[in-house]
Amino acid sequence: MEEKLLEVRHLKKYFHTPAGLLHAVDDVDFSILKGKTMGVVGESGCGKSTLGRSLLCLEPPTAGEILFEGKNIAALSKREMKKVRPKIQMVFQDPYSSLNGRMTVRQLIAEPLLVNKICKNRAEVDQKVDEMMETVGLAKRLDMAYPHELDGGRRQRIGIARALILNPEFVVCDEPVSALDVSIQAQILNLLMDLQESMNLTYMFITHDLSVVRHISNEIMVMYLGKCVERAEAKEIFRNPVHPYTKALLAAIPIPSIESCHKKRELLQGEVTSPVNPKPGCRFAVRCPFATDECRRGEIPLREVAPGHFAACCRAEEM
Amino acid sequence: MNRKRAKKHAQLKEFWRRYKKNKAAVVGLVILCVIVGIAVFADLIVPYARCVEQTGADRLQWPSAAHWFGTDEFGRDLFARVVHGARYSLFIGVATSLMALVAGAILGASAGYFGGMVDNVICRIIDVFMCVPPILLSLAVVAALGTSMRNLIIAITISCIPGNVRLIRSVVLTVADQDYVEVARSYGASNARIIFRYVLPNAMGPIIVNTTMAISDMILSAAGLSFIGMGIQPPSPEWGALLSAAQTYIFTSPYLLAFPGVFIILSSLSFNLVGDGLTDALDPKLKD
Repeated sequence: MEEKLLEVRHLKKYFHTPAGLLHAVDDVDFSILKGKTMGVVGESGCGKSTLGRSLLCLEPPTAGEILFEGKNIAALSKREMKKVRPKIQMVFQDPYSSLNGRMTVRQLIAEPLLVNKICKNRAEVDQKVDEMMETVGLAKRLDMAYPHELDGGRRQRIGIARALILNPEFVVCDEPVSALDVSIQAQILNLLMDLQESMNLTYMFITHDLSVVRHISNEIMVMYLGKCVERAEAKEIFRNPVHPYTKALLAAIPIPSIESCHKKRELLQGEVTSPVNPKPGCRFAVRCPFATDECRRGEIPLREVAPGHFAACCRAEEM
Repeated sequence: MNRKRAKKHAQLKEFWRRYKKNKAAVVGLVILCVIVGIAVFADLIVPYARCVEQTGADRLQWPSAAHWFGTDEFGRDLFARVVHGARYSLFIGVATSLMALVAGAILGASAGYFGGMVDNVICRIIDVFMCVPPILLSLAVVAALGTSMRNLIIAITISCIPGNVRLIRSVVLTVADQDYVEVARSYGASNARIIFRYVLPNAMGPIIVNTTMAISDMILSAAGLSFIGMGIQPPSPEWGALLSAAQTYIFTSPYLLAFPGVFIILSSLSFNLVGDGLTDALDPKLKD
């Protein structure tokens, strides 16, 4: 039995907006095993980023529990949180806006160490920064450079170095490659995977790019409008998707071949409905080609349709 | 330790190298140095006694070898008055703008950064202050505290704070929204650290420009207050006071206005140029 590093139970995050209550994350459950990667996919605005930020308590959850190493971090006091903070870190999406342009590379990477007062003296900080720069593949000569002098890939390496210098257990990667060139995406993904192995990291990998998530994840969670609609092992999701939304997502992956140009694809109709005061029932029912009256009646719980494969669809067996 | 000092030294050198690129800023710095030099060494240039020495026979003399800038209606030497006036005017200008900057930065940054209640309370108080014209506000403060140099500085500072708070709040609002602020929170940086290490450095440009521009405004407000007898008391020379006293003689002795006026303009110009140069030299994005 492998150890669960993080377990999320009934996590909810609502925002008050002038139009009503916005259900950004609505009753999400999952757990991540130590050393594994959970991929979270879904279209823009489905609550993936909010979920990630809740795990770091950047957005305190409205309800629910986040158990990290068995402790509920959502309920921790500020002082207790300080101790846990270094263990949970985040790599942010945009390497351009997530680096303070007034700091040099060295200062940027050293900042978390200084904030958390981890090192006893300056020399120790310098040494750690040097090691970390080497680990993430930043040349030592860049240490006095400012981020605006570097390209996107190098900037994201700074972002990764900064997240990893505290020696975390768990890293939330919030679309770490979506702002990068395709050629650099692969480098950064490989770097993340190498680091996972060498530092024994656990990832939650948020992305809207299915090919990326397939590359890196052990388990995949598909989200739609704040709800988890399907969760299973990565291979299983790709081989045997159950939820109509997952199917639609997979059908939308571009296939790089000439024949596929002529194939007709089943594409989703309609727009994402508003997450403000959602109607009861399956959130996807409005766009779902298979929806019945039952789908619109009440909440559809996540059910185990096959061992380790969960889906929130009342017609799962027919799919 | 030695290494640290060497690094500081290198940073200063780099800063100076970038500052030097802006020729206007260098000119501004030179003018500023001259004016500050005049203020510091005023007693060596011309003794203070000459400012207040009244010679009835020499009233309203045009500039000459004996009186370089001419004399005023009491026969006092204008050159001596302008030289010693630099002390008052520069001190008032710099002290008030710096104090208003510090107060504005603390209030404005907290309002913009924390938002919500804090923002509301600070902004409403500022609104009240903004309803009152600044000159009236200073007048009220001086009237309440009594006339003296210290009270004058307090009065002008208070009238300048609301504008500063507004400006700094708006700049901070845009900066506090940046991702790197959230990143800092993700590794547990305290609010104070975020404000001083992340938000304010990135909001510095407009703040520096505003402060250097404010210095000349402050000199003029002090002049206004002196004019209505609420500021520097005669016979102390102060550039603004010199200007307002000279108004009566604008057609017969325009030099009385010209000399102090030129000094006010030069000092405010030099402060502005230096401020611009500082903004550019401190911004790493504009390197080279």
